[in-house]
Parts: sequence; structure tokens; C-alpha cells
Amino acid sequence: MDDTSRRDALKVGGATLGAAAFARALAPLTEWEPTTSVDAFLQRHYKELDPAELGTILRRLEDETLEDYGASVSIEDVRPTPGVRFGYALNLSVCIGCRRCAEACHQENNHDRPSHQSYIRVLEIDKGSIDLEKGRTDYDHAVPRGDKFYMPVQCHQCDNAPCVKVCPVEATWKEADGIVVVDYNWCIGCRYCEAACPYHARRFNWEKPEIPAEEVNPDQAYLSNRVRPAGVMEKCTFCLHRTRKGKLPACLEACPTGARVFGNVLDPDSEIRWVLENKRVFVLKEDLGTRPRFFYYFDG
Amino acid sequence: MQAPPTVPDVAPTAHTRTYPQFLWQALRVATDGGLPFYAWMTALTAVFLVGVNAFAHQTVEGLALTAMSDHVSWGMYIGNFTYGVGLAAGAVMMVIPAYLYRDEAMHDVVIVGEILAIAAIVVSLAFVNVDLGRIDRIWHMMPVVGRFHWPVSMLTWDVVVLSGYLFLNLHVVGYLLYTRFLGRTPDPRWYVPFVFLSIVWAVSIHTVTAFLYSGLGGRPFWNTAILAPRFIVSAFVTGPAFIVLALQVVRRLTHFHVGDPPISTLVAILRVTVLGNLFLLGSEVFTELYSGGTHTASARYLYFGLHGHHALVPWIWSAITMNVVAGALLLSSSARRQLWRIDVACVLALCGVWIEKGLGLIVPGFVPSSLHELVEYLPNQLEWKVTLGVWALGLMVFTIGLKVAIAVFSGQMHAQKGAA
Repeated sequence: MDDTSRRDALKVGGATLGAAAFARALAPLTEWEPTTSVDAFLQRHYKELDPAELGTILRRLEDETLEDYGASVSIEDVRPTPGVRFGYALNLSVCIGCRRCAEACHQENNHDRPSHQSYIRVLEIDKGSIDLEKGRTDYDHAVPRGDKFYMPVQCHQCDNAPCVKVCPVEATWKEADGIVVVDYNWCIGCRYCEAACPYHARRFNWEKPEIPAEEVNPDQAYLSNRVRPAGVMEKCTFCLHRTRKGKLPACLEACPTGARVFGNVLDPDSEIRWVLENKRVFVLKEDLGTRPRFFYYFDG
Repeated sequence: MQAPPTVPDVAPTAHTRTYPQFLWQALRVATDGGLPFYAWMTALTAVFLVGVNAFAHQTVEGLALTAMSDHVSWGMYIGNFTYGVGLAAGAVMMVIPAYLYRDEAMHDVVIVGEILAIAAIVVSLAFVNVDLGRIDRIWHMMPVVGRFHWPVSMLTWDVVVLSGYLFLNLHVVGYLLYTRFLGRTPDPRWYVPFVFLSIVWAVSIHTVTAFLYSGLGGRPFWNTAILAPRFIVSAFVTGPAFIVLALQVVRRLTHFHVGDPPISTLVAILRVTVLGNLFLLGSEVFTELYSGGTHTASARYLYFGLHGHHALVPWIWSAITMNVVAGALLLSSSARRQLWRIDVACVLALCGVWIEKGLGLIVPGFVPSSLHELVEYLPNQLEWKVTLGVWALGLMVFTIGLKVAIAVFSGQMHAQKGAA
């Protein structure tokens, strides 16, 4: 009897110690951000929100940006325009590999500053090949070099997008104007889409982005360039906060050589339509059947 | 373990008294034992807590604390997830002899395999969860309340088959232990159909897990039809290898009777599967390297290194060496007279497949990246801590499961007279 009670006392002591150690091990979680907002935790999928709910969410996100980054911003919900299907073409004969498009993207889309994130990577490839294995992105010499050509790569907004297929929670989908978007407040961060993308077009927010208040671009949209939360995917949206309002993507405006052509492919008078009809365009990794809406071409 | 449906000759109300009794006694058995038991569980708890703490830091500060990047966006966690699913599926190699071939000796110990399946599924699910960027949003994956992208996303299929397999094994183990606890003979109608279903299901969990990778056209290293067969065969290496070792531990440390025949049967299975696994690996390597070309860059990186990058080369050659030595030992040793050589082979096979199907499978899928950039990956200290923590959790589940099962089978745990 005595022995049993001593054993029980030891067990209780052990269990208490164990529970205390467990609590101590979990202690860092008290500083975890998602634990602070019930509304954010319970927020439903973008497609299930009515205008009033979405409005409340946009105001909450604006408040959060002010609080976290000290920047007052306006976050809109810009919808696709009926009759518009976007297409993008890039002239490889004139691209000089200056990476100004990548830099413009970095600023326009409120990317993390320390990692110098951008949705565009520019490949420098040996002339005489379009094998990506013969290319590199880490060149750091004066451009252009005569024996090379330059190929910027960003999201191809595929019509048969592998990233959309694999997402287990429908956090990413293709919009009516052809743009593939992410609901940053629905994504669970499994990164299956990042594995599925053949163009290295998706990025993960490995930590909360860092941007000085004065550098935050205040013109934002829910599905595009608002500052992303930690732990979710992000990607190029053809700057939908600009293009859906009739403006051009930031990467196009920054291009010094006019290598980039963007527009509505359903408009017979558009420049993009002219390029697609008159230039010998090709898409990257066509054999994968992804059907990109991003095209490359050479002059001549 | 969920309550079994009513057994015809017991008044339904009796279960409301006997089932809590069963759970209570199970809890006592799970927390009571000799010094080695306490030492073992304390050690596992300590490792588990180190993992919990590392995971808490990772959750707060982000996955930036790991060595993963946009180039290699899955690593140690998903590698271990894959391996864990294999271990769970491999446990079926006890169930098939026991139920399909009516091997009586195997039938007596088959519960060990079913408990391993439960523990390994717990491990796999934990690895997927620690890999998520937003674990607070896990409910988005639940059907009805979330948006479950089924049947298009293979990951949703994986959720279905893994939780289904967990449920099947929990039911079978729970039912068998509870009826034994009541002192009754289990009614085959309540568990045999589930056992047969679990055999098919075991194959499905590892097939679907292979399809997660092989369905991606943009990753040539994974985009191969041989991946699912390779997964299944390697699962039939790790499952039996683990059980051979576990059965001997049970035999040494407890009064539970484990005869030689089940071990011999498992060793016979291993002799085939270890070689089968090497054969499939060889087929893969030949196809990749003989044809050449850009799509074989990942394989060249894995086995020989590429443009001065060769972080995985020592790992994969260690794995191949271990698997070859394991095969040689299994073929040249007698399970009855030289069991220690079989044990060495099992440990080697477990480690070899762990590398081959863990880092050796996941990482080369990303190296070079889809734009052919070469960014390497090896897990960092935090990932090791979380990984060991998850395995410690799995071993705790396995230990407790075994301990309760043995207590029931040996009669130490039984319903009080008059209760049932």
C-alpha cells in the first residue's frame, strides 16, 4: 500500500513536470500573430464573400498595414472586365537583360526588401540554344553581351495551370481575364503549387515581408500587390490592380527597349494581337501542355 | 480507439460501463512500468519536447528558420512524410500472411503491424503539418467548412486515404483489444472485412503519395511511372524490417509470446523486396543516365554532382551501399541461426530507404530548379530537431499501443467480473 502510494506520488510528480515542460516548450507561440485576430482566423474564401464582408476585410487589412508597416494604403477589390483576356509577349531580340523589369516588379508589388524578391527572373543564355540549362540568372557584368541573349521569366498565367490543379484548398484559381490569382488569406502554405510550377513563377513568404513605410506602394488590390502575410504563396498577377484599370504592367513600363507587349487578345486592334498574328511566337516548355498566356518571339 | 458496435449477446448499456473501464485501465497500463519503460518514455518525451519547442519557434518566425528556399521548397519534412507513409503501408506485410494465407503464427502477432500502421500514419500526418506555412488555416482543408479541392488535387486524395487508413487500423485494433478485454471471441463480421479493406488501402496510401510527385510534369525527376511501384516495394522493405526488430524487442522485454515463424516469414519477404527495390532503382538510374539530356540533370546531380554541386552524392551512395549490404546479408544469413546478421540488415535497409526515399527523392526534384538554377539544400539544426521530435512522438504512440495490446493479450487488463 505504502509502495503504491509512493509510486502514484512519483507519477503525479512526473506528469506535472512533463506538463510544465510542455508548456515551456510551447511558450514562443504566445507571440504568434494569427492568435491575435479572430476575424482573420475565421475569414472565408474570397469567392464566398459578399461585397459588405469583403469591404470590412479590406478596411481591416488597411488598418493592419498601417499598424504593422506605418503606411496608409488603399486596398481595392478590382474585378476582371468582361470581354478581356490578357496576353503578354516579349521580344527576345531586343531584351538587353538589364533587369529593370524585375526591379520595377520588386517595388510595384511590395516585395520583401532584404531578399530583394521579384516575380521576374532574367536568364542569360548562350546564343544558339534555348536550353535553359545553358542559362544563368546570377550574371553580374555589363549587359548586353554579344554572345548571349536574355530571357525574362515570370508567371505565364497558363490556361492549363498545374499550380491551380494541385492546390488542395482552391486558394489559387484562374480568373475570367486569364490571370491566375492567390487568396493570401486562404492559402495554407503547403507549397504544392510551387513544386508543380514548371516556370519557377511562384514564391513563398518564408517570413513576414520587410518594407520601410516610405517604400510601400499604397495603391493595392486584395488579389495582387497588398503586403502578403507570412507563410503563404504569392505570384505575378500581370499587375491586375493596374491592368484591370486600363494601365500597363509595371514591368512593361520599366522596360527601356520596348521588348514587352501587353494587352487584350480579344481586341483585334491591339498590339498584342498584331504580335501574335504576325510574329513567330513560341511559349516556354510547350511540351508540358500548360498553354501559357505569355509568349516569346524573335524579330525577323 | 472508437467504440465497437454492439456485440449481439451483450446488453447495449453494458458498454457504457465497460468501455470507460477499458480506457481507464489502458491509461494506467500506458503510464505504468519498470525502470527501462520509464527511462525510454522519458527520453522520448525529452526529444519530443525539443521538437515541440523548435516547431513553436518555426511557427512564430516563419519557415525562414529552415534551410528551405524558393528553389528547394520541400525538404526534410516532406521526405520524412513520404518515408512514414511507406512504413505504414509496409505494415500490411504482416496482415497479408496472417489473413490471406491464414498463417496462424503470424496471426498471433499481427496486432504489432497494425499498431505500427497507426503510429506511422500519426508520424506522416505530423510531418505534413509541421511543413505548412499556415497551420492555423488547416481547417480550410476540411470538406464542407473549408474548400476541399477533391478530386482534382492529389493532396486531397492523400488526406482521404491517410485518414481512412488511420481509421481502419484504429477500428481493427480497438475492436480486437476491447473484445479480448471483455473476455469474448471477436466476431469476424466486425473486423475481417475491415482487415481486407485495409490491405487494399495500404497499397493506395503509398500509391497516392507517389502520385503527388509523379503527377507533376514540370519535375522530370519525379514524373516517372515507376515511382509508385518503387514506393510500394520500398514500403515492403521498411515495414517488415521495422517489425522484425520490434518483434525481437517485444520478445526480450515482455512476456508476450513471439515465436520464430513470423520472423522467418518477414525475413523471407524482405529477401525479395530488398532486391526488388534495388532492381527498380537500377532501372530508374539506367533510363535516366543512358538517354542523357536536360531532363536527367536531377539524376546526374543526385548520383554524381552537377557543375561542382554535390551535397547529396555521399548520401545517396551511402544509401545504395546500405541497401546492397542489407540484401547480401539477408540472402546469406539464416533467420534462425544468425538472427543478429538479419538485424544488421534490417537496420541498414531502414536507413538506406530513409535516405533514398527521403532527401534522395525530394531534394533532387528541385535541383536544378525548373529554370535550371542550382541551389542546394541540406536540413539545418531546427529541421533535425522538429524531425526527431515527430519520430519520438511516433515511437511513443507505438510503445503505448504495444504495451496496452500486450496487457490485454496477457490477461493483465480485463473487464471486472459482472461488468460485462
